Amino acid sequence: MAEENQALKEFTEKEYEYGWSIDIETDQLPKGLSEETVRAISFKKNEPEWLLEWRLKAFRYWLTLVEPEWAHVKYPKIDFQDIIYYSAPKKKVELGSLDEVDADMLETFKKLGISLEEQKRLMNVAGSNVAVDAVFDSVSVKTTFQETLRDKGIIFCSFSEAVQSHPELIKKYLGSVVPYTDNYYSALNSAVFSDGSFCFIPKGVRCPMELSTYFRINAMNTGQFERTLVVADEDSYCSYLEGCTAPQRDENQLHAAVVELVSMKGAEIKYSTVQNWYPGDKNGKGGIYNFVTKRGICAGAYSKISWTQVETGSAVTWKYPSCILKGDNSIGEFYSVAVTNNYQQADTGTKMIHLGKNTKSTIISKGISAGHSNNSYRGLVKIGKNATNARNFSQCDSLLLSSTSGAHTFPYIECGNKTAKVEHEATTSKVGEDQIFYCNQRGLDTEQAIGLIVNGYCKEVLNKLPMEFAVEAQKLLAVSLEGSVG
Amino acid sequence: MSLLTIKNLKARVEEKDILKGFNLTVNPGEVHAIMGPNGSGKSTLASVLAGNPNYEVTDGEVDFDGKDLLEMAPEERAREGLFLAFQYPIEIPGVSNVNFMKSAVAEVRKHRGLEPFDAKEFLAFMKEKKELVELSGSLAGRAVNEGFSGGEKKRNEIFQMAMLNPKLAILDETDSGLDIDALRIVASGVNKLRSKDNAFIIITHYQRLLDYIVPDFVHVLYNGKIVRSGTKELALELEEKGYDWIKEELAEA
Repeated sequence: MAEENQALKEFTEKEYEYGWSIDIETDQLPKGLSEETVRAISFKKNEPEWLLEWRLKAFRYWLTLVEPEWAHVKYPKIDFQDIIYYSAPKKKVELGSLDEVDADMLETFKKLGISLEEQKRLMNVAGSNVAVDAVFDSVSVKTTFQETLRDKGIIFCSFSEAVQSHPELIKKYLGSVVPYTDNYYSALNSAVFSDGSFCFIPKGVRCPMELSTYFRINAMNTGQFERTLVVADEDSYCSYLEGCTAPQRDENQLHAAVVELVSMKGAEIKYSTVQNWYPGDKNGKGGIYNFVTKRGICAGAYSKISWTQVETGSAVTWKYPSCILKGDNSIGEFYSVAVTNNYQQADTGTKMIHLGKNTKSTIISKGISAGHSNNSYRGLVKIGKNATNARNFSQCDSLLLSSTSGAHTFPYIECGNKTAKVEHEATTSKVGEDQIFYCNQRGLDTEQAIGLIVNGYCKEVLNKLPMEFAVEAQKLLAVSLEGSVG
Repeated sequence: MSLLTIKNLKARVEEKDILKGFNLTVNPGEVHAIMGPNGSGKSTLASVLAGNPNYEVTDGEVDFDGKDLLEMAPEERAREGLFLAFQYPIEIPGVSNVNFMKSAVAEVRKHRGLEPFDAKEFLAFMKEKKELVELSGSLAGRAVNEGFSGGEKKRNEIFQMAMLNPKLAILDETDSGLDIDALRIVASGVNKLRSKDNAFIIITHYQRLLDYIVPDFVHVLYNGKIVRSGTKELALELEEKGYDWIKEELAEA
């Protein structure tokens, strides 16, 4: 037994691999948050007046709010005056050929083991089928494959660029799914967001490649507040993936993003996240606070939104990718794997709001807790009074890898229509020593055994990821669980 | 040189002494059957040799092919060529048999200084072994033992054994819970894998399995020790008379 625990301990204590930072000259605003900060960001981005006004309204609203405390997480109060709200690499170019890209920046991409493939994509290597937008600290540095996409009429660019080139679309959809009044962090994000990605798929177009955004926090004491907006017009389809990493720092850094998805009649958006922000060290020092609002609306009939997330990073995660099923016969899906180790805390889940008739939602959540971590599933299934024949199926499984970790489930169901059918299943299990021994007896060491068992446990969710990312996610799961069972 | 030499092995589980000075020598090419009443220590022996961490070895030596077996981690023992067919095979939901075996075979091959198979070679290799143990295609594709019947689990163990090609295979009551057809398939798999270079330790309650897998030696384990050894006739005698006569003889001695 003791030996087993030792092996498990070693296994779960592997260190974060993306914990480097790089010296890139940055253009930063001083620390602190005020109307001046908001104005300065807007000015730097050369934004139209209406957007500045919107930011200011959000900021003033934010001032009236108090930080929410209902989540099952604990962390010291955040000093919002001690954060840098804008930090941009001093770069020479926006887009174009590889030669124009800052050499240090390319070095950064190289250091990201996971992005070997992405590097190729960034270098526009033929045959690759993923378009990438990379957000570095606060601004978007490179978006690839713009031309290929443009041929199809697809717009995929940084948010700031979209503000300049497609202001009418931004004005129409920004805040349409997550208004700035939604919650504390969405208000903050609306006031100070610095960049992000924008994507528009025109009517009837099936996006031929995966669209991907890669986020990295680099500069110290920087908050990252990105804004992602994906609009799929009637009968269109796109698959979108975001990935993220951050350097290893002793202080906690704040990440408060807002993602809005709009799926029109007959359209489908598949949104996948592989979240690997720095989780803090094994004593719980440092790490990212990941307070994110993600929501999609199935605006038209027969539309669909599918969220898939693999969450392995961050010190504290607070995130509920949700679907508003407004169109009749629309479908919402949520597939999630959340892994917590050491002193990580995750409070994550989804909201499925059924408004239209015959709407359907599926929730599959797999929580894995190791070390001293706490992992909570929190979900709401709400059936509106007009949502005749709405269907929901929820399955929430928790896997414990240590006796010092916690798994919690907070399912909420509000049903306003008696023809609705809502099903909820939940299980909690522990990785068996007998399973590990069985694998050992076939020649696999304990680390491999846990990797295999955990991946098997998450298979239903991993299967939903685009192929090229499923493999990365599998590796990531094994890495984040090093030293986790006890 | 012998493949396995066990000297004065003592082991306990949860503070209870189970093996109390166990001795056995197994040479390449031999099949040893170990029989004995419930609670005599048969399964403990299998677990201790495989390195199950729930069992504590308190004394004794085990030499496996010139190496100190007790010093090795369970996975090293496996890579060195020790295989245990579990009495109760474990389910690993979501992990396909194919993937499981691919990882295991790669580890064993690496240990032997061999390159891993590429996908095509592996599938061909697996097909060959599946046929050897008459394992259906669907079982190989399913998650490891998940939802398998008792008989399917046991056949899967023999299939894994064929894939890993061990020097020493320990079958822990592989015959329990098998109907006669499954028993014949399992036995025929073992017989096909028998060679002059490998050896088997077959732990069983019943003589029935030994009709199909004919042992070179039969040992009776009682109260943590081998109390009698013989050839297959001993098994027939036990079948006929039960274990009580041995217990009585020991009590008299």
